[in-house]
Amino acid sequence: MGANLFANYGEAVAVILFGIGFSNLLLQKNLIKKIIGLNIMDTAVYLFLAEKGYIEGRMAPIVVDGIQSVDAYINPIPSGLVLTGIVVSVSVTALMLSLTIRLYRRYHTLDLDEISTQLKKEGR
Amino acid sequence: MAFVQNFPFFSIVLSMFAGTVSSVLPQKPAKYLNTAVICIVGTMSAVLLGFTLQTGESFTYMMGHFPAPWGNEIRAGVLEAAMALFFCIIMLLSLLGGRKKLLGEVEITKHNLYYILINLLLSSLLALIYTNDLFTAYVFVEINTISACGLIMIRENGRTIEAAVRYMIMSLLGSGLLLIGICMLYDLTGHLLMSNIREAVAQIVAEGTYSMPLLVTIALISVGLAIKSALFPFHSWLPDAYGYSTVSSAAILSSLVSKGYVFLLIKIFYRVIGFSIIRESKIIDVLFLFGLAGIIFGSLSAIKENDIRRMIAFSSVAQIGYIYMGIGLGTDVGMIASVFHIIAHAATKSLLFVAAIGLTDVSGGSRKFIDLTGAAYRNKVAGVAFTVGSLSMVGVPVFAGFISKFLFANAAVYNSGKMLPALVVLSISTILNAIYFMKTVIRIYTPAKTDYPCITWKQEKLYAVTMVLFMILNIILGMGSQPIVDLIQQGLSTFA
Repeated sequence: MGANLFANYGEAVAVILFGIGFSNLLLQKNLIKKIIGLNIMDTAVYLFLAEKGYIEGRMAPIVVDGIQSVDAYINPIPSGLVLTGIVVSVSVTALMLSLTIRLYRRYHTLDLDEISTQLKKEGR
Repeated sequence: MAFVQNFPFFSIVLSMFAGTVSSVLPQKPAKYLNTAVICIVGTMSAVLLGFTLQTGESFTYMMGHFPAPWGNEIRAGVLEAAMALFFCIIMLLSLLGGRKKLLGEVEITKHNLYYILINLLLSSLLALIYTNDLFTAYVFVEINTISACGLIMIRENGRTIEAAVRYMIMSLLGSGLLLIGICMLYDLTGHLLMSNIREAVAQIVAEGTYSMPLLVTIALISVGLAIKSALFPFHSWLPDAYGYSTVSSAAILSSLVSKGYVFLLIKIFYRVIGFSIIRESKIIDVLFLFGLAGIIFGSLSAIKENDIRRMIAFSSVAQIGYIYMGIGLGTDVGMIASVFHIIAHAATKSLLFVAAIGLTDVSGGSRKFIDLTGAAYRNKVAGVAFTVGSLSMVGVPVFAGFISKFLFANAAVYNSGKMLPALVVLSISTILNAIYFMKTVIRIYTPAKTDYPCITWKQEKLYAVTMVLFMILNIILGMGSQPIVDLIQQGLSTFA
């Protein structure tokens, strides 16, 4: 168990980071901190994928001087997944930030609970 | 390959393309384009349903003619085609019913944006239904979330933006868990196509290795999708999001968006992991428990609520609980009941939302019960429709809700361990449903002297026609349920 954990320390770090990001997104009151948590969480997943996709001593499957044997290259699919994931994460972050700006302009605070109490006061 | 087999791909791309085109169209053409696309996709799904019923099996469709481990795949069978057809019908009716309200609540310059979001939502729902690739499913889950968020906040006021933020936060937590679950599953099996993963998972289980990582993966994916579909206790965003968005959005969100995720979860259970492995993993017991808790809690919150829209929203929490309870029973009969309830609840909940808006409109826009007194006399069509929806939710025979309750009770009997809790909760929740829905029906049929205007069906023909169509749909589901149940059974047998 301990030896496995040490051999796969990259994945272990990724999962710990995922936990940090997840709990920040869930528990922080401040919207910007929540968004930072979201980004840590997503990046942890990319670290996990990159760590899984990399094989020591091999290179990216880009043909430079003739195709070499299969053993020379890493599996490109995890890298492709990371790219797709980054696109999704960027668009979601942009959407969250724009919503945060909207709320800040209206209520002059970034605290979600504070906004809820103000909404209750408005009584609508 | 028959030409019909292209239809799943056509419907996804057509609705996505329509979304892109709508961005440069003015309001009216965008509206007509959207309606046309939903009708075309519905027709294509109906033809596809006929085709799959004839062949009796599902088929895979290679995207770009790359064979299995490399290419992306679409897979369609009876159940997928039926779901696509049904989703199109509900979406069309919800949009028609809320069209007049949309004019009042959303700025006219933003209407084409609304139809972009609807088109994108349709395409992502169709992709969730048809896709045979896990990562594609994840990408479309995110598209679905973003467009649903747009649908909530397009009616701009503080409430909806706050609801949209809460919705996004919960959804992002869910998709984060789903994403890391999918990555771990890819790591374990080395595949992303569902059928290939299934073979690898069967091998892993047979060898007895990696049982703990597999369990963690199943748990992550199930919890992620459960959060996204608002299973109790992850429902905190739901009442605000359904209660304050414009009525078409509320109807579509409650009846389609959350159901898309449940459908994906059922697909993962059957096609990716294999239902027998899921049954042994005890994950479904957890889903069963939370389903039961959701039924009770959702109904109790609905009773306490003093706002008709939020009351219907809390009732959705209870109904999602029913669906997870059916999944949690862990039998094929329970799954059939769940899939039927997906259909029955979608038909009924959208009917209730659209009917409620008719009632609040003739009560000075107030959603408080005290102001709704006698509203059914002022808008007769909405009153009758709301009563039909309520009776269906309570589970009175003739209407759709009765059949799903009957199927759930029937399924519970087949599972000796879970029979007692399931039946007890079913009966308690029926009583609770009756309390808050009948309270509302009695309230709207209590005569009252007010100076609110009356609306006859001639003034709002489109609304009245939509309500009648909704009621007919509900009664069809209630009276002619046997062919639909047979169809679901056939679909599930070829689903894996």
